[in-house]
Amino acid sequence: MDLAFLVTQALNALQAGMLLFLLSSGLALIFGVLHVINFAHGAFYMLGAYVGLTGLALTGRFWLAVPLAVLVVGAVGALVERAFIRRLYGADPLAQALLTFGLLLVLDEGVKWLWGPQIRSLPTPEALRGTIALLGVPYPAYRLLVVAVGGVAAVTLWLFLERSRLGAILRAGVSDRQMVAALGINLGVLFAFTFGLGAGLAAFGGVMAGPIASAYPGMGVEVLIKAFIVVVIGGLGSLKGAAVGSLLIGVAETFGQALAPDWAMVAVYAVMVAVLLWRPTGMFGAEAAT
Amino acid sequence: MAGMSRRQVLRTGVAAGVSAAAGLAFPALLRAQGKPLKIGLLLPYSKVYAVLGESITNGMRVVFEAEGNRVAGRPVELLREDDEVSPPVGLRKLRKFLTSDQVDFVVGPVSSAVAAAIRDPIHQAKVILLNANAGDNALTRERCSPYIFRTSFSNWQTSYGLGAWAKQHIGGTAYLTGSDYAAGYQIVGAFREAFVAAGGTVVGESYVKLGSTDYAAIMAKIGAVGPALSFSFFAGSDAVHFVKQFAEFGLKGKVRLTGAGFLVSDDVLESQGDAAVGAVSTLHYTRTLQNPQNLEFRKRYQALTGKPPDVYAVQGYDTARVILEALRRTGGDTTDPERLSGVIRGIQFESPRGRFRFDPATHNAINDMYVMEVRRGDEGLANYVVSVVKELKDPGHCPNITA
Repeated sequence: MDLAFLVTQALNALQAGMLLFLLSSGLALIFGVLHVINFAHGAFYMLGAYVGLTGLALTGRFWLAVPLAVLVVGAVGALVERAFIRRLYGADPLAQALLTFGLLLVLDEGVKWLWGPQIRSLPTPEALRGTIALLGVPYPAYRLLVVAVGGVAAVTLWLFLERSRLGAILRAGVSDRQMVAALGINLGVLFAFTFGLGAGLAAFGGVMAGPIASAYPGMGVEVLIKAFIVVVIGGLGSLKGAAVGSLLIGVAETFGQALAPDWAMVAVYAVMVAVLLWRPTGMFGAEAAT
Repeated sequence: MAGMSRRQVLRTGVAAGVSAAAGLAFPALLRAQGKPLKIGLLLPYSKVYAVLGESITNGMRVVFEAEGNRVAGRPVELLREDDEVSPPVGLRKLRKFLTSDQVDFVVGPVSSAVAAAIRDPIHQAKVILLNANAGDNALTRERCSPYIFRTSFSNWQTSYGLGAWAKQHIGGTAYLTGSDYAAGYQIVGAFREAFVAAGGTVVGESYVKLGSTDYAAIMAKIGAVGPALSFSFFAGSDAVHFVKQFAEFGLKGKVRLTGAGFLVSDDVLESQGDAAVGAVSTLHYTRTLQNPQNLEFRKRYQALTGKPPDVYAVQGYDTARVILEALRRTGGDTTDPERLSGVIRGIQFESPRGRFRFDPATHNAINDMYVMEVRRGDEGLANYVVSVVKELKDPGHCPNITA
């Protein structure tokens, strides 16, 4: 195994991890603040790619299509929260699972109806079509951008939660909802915002993944499983956990695929089993809830 | 009498007359007349192969709509069930077709894994299965059945012809990749067989889970080995991802991209764009074929769906042609599976893909396999024929069929 192969693989793992982080951070946030197990999250990821596709067709610019996708899907997320999710706070987790899974199926069909069943390719931005040499190894420029953007998103999210007032309110909401409500904060708006933010993050992942993985109905279901694995091993509701878990799964998956393709998925589950045996609540679960 | 030509009326009449003279099938024919012809489409309408299911269905509609949706006096009903590319789901939907719908024919599936799962119930129920895509070699070899016909291809057929050609025209070293299921191993295996026999060397081999979106790990391996060519079996969305990423990782231009034709077939080519240009593959159909049947088919398919046809559409079209022809020959009677099987075995006609006929020994279609290259030509981005492997017949043998 030579250096070039290792460098390529390390970048692959990082890039896969970053996309996974965008997806699982939203999932972790929604679980942490709202205590909702959101199966519809994969659908927001898919919607991100499709709205990005339409945005690209309308504006012709990837850099406009990305924020458009995030904002539109974020708004859809907030609406979904007001219309459906809020009825289920504190309800039986099974009811939540059924509702959000139902939403996932409905949105999947909706996408098929609006955009058709065929796979749709999001073109890679012209300027990023080539490769860039890192340590003498050529690597697709667009994928390097995904790594950079994922990193920036992680830092921004962290700053927002740790340093902003809204972030402080959200963190407070995670540990004690009654207290936040007692302080006169409108929980309804806060929850809609949180759900929308989570959906927007998923959409961001979806539209960024578009040029790599294309857009097609059912894409959300596929990534959802991995996102849940990340959230479980990171610790339910923990953003730090989502970040570390994403990288871990990215590494397990890419190296698994390259070294022992038959065992790639097994490697992912093996990581999960190992982590859960070591810490049943996940790496950053329970005692550190952000 | 729109939709029913004079020739058809005559032919139905003659068939009825002959049956009446024989004095046997006539009551059955009377019963069959007017009773809907139910065709159970067991196809994927979702997931990785969704487009394939749609194309097959539309290809069939081209045939039946030209007949006014009546075949030998029977109104045609296409019943669709989504097999979700899953063997257990496929099996469940098949049971529904056999028990509650009581279909006359089953058409499908796309996935070899689903086909393997439904083979035994089909054989036991003695319902004619017209396999419009699934290429599993075993279905027309050791697991064949007198009731199973394949209008598409065997996995072996789709890649064997390319092996020697690639060695001769591209180079002597190959990296092989495929989807990690029966079809992947069979298609890659047939290429390997022919490539090695022609003196080539295989320098690496990887298989990827069906429905994967990221092939970066494989690109890293192909890049590290640097072979003359890469041969792949991927189809549907997998093919789009593989070909795009092959170009993204800078392999295009260094390593020649080749594969079974699904890798760059018409259904995925648009999404792949320039990444696919230069790829060499073999398949039994491309929309650029210039025979009159294809020109006519393209016009009708375009009118019906607003899109140009792909290989799956032709498989659907030929499948419907087989049904049509079989019913004309039996006068609309589908009650006797043995007779139906015998009739279907002898069917041949000119298809958009060239001459269509079954190998009576295996019930598999005998195909001309076209070696094609992706270019931007008069037809836009498309597969253009560079060579033909004539009348490639699967080398299998079926012990259960008495030819």
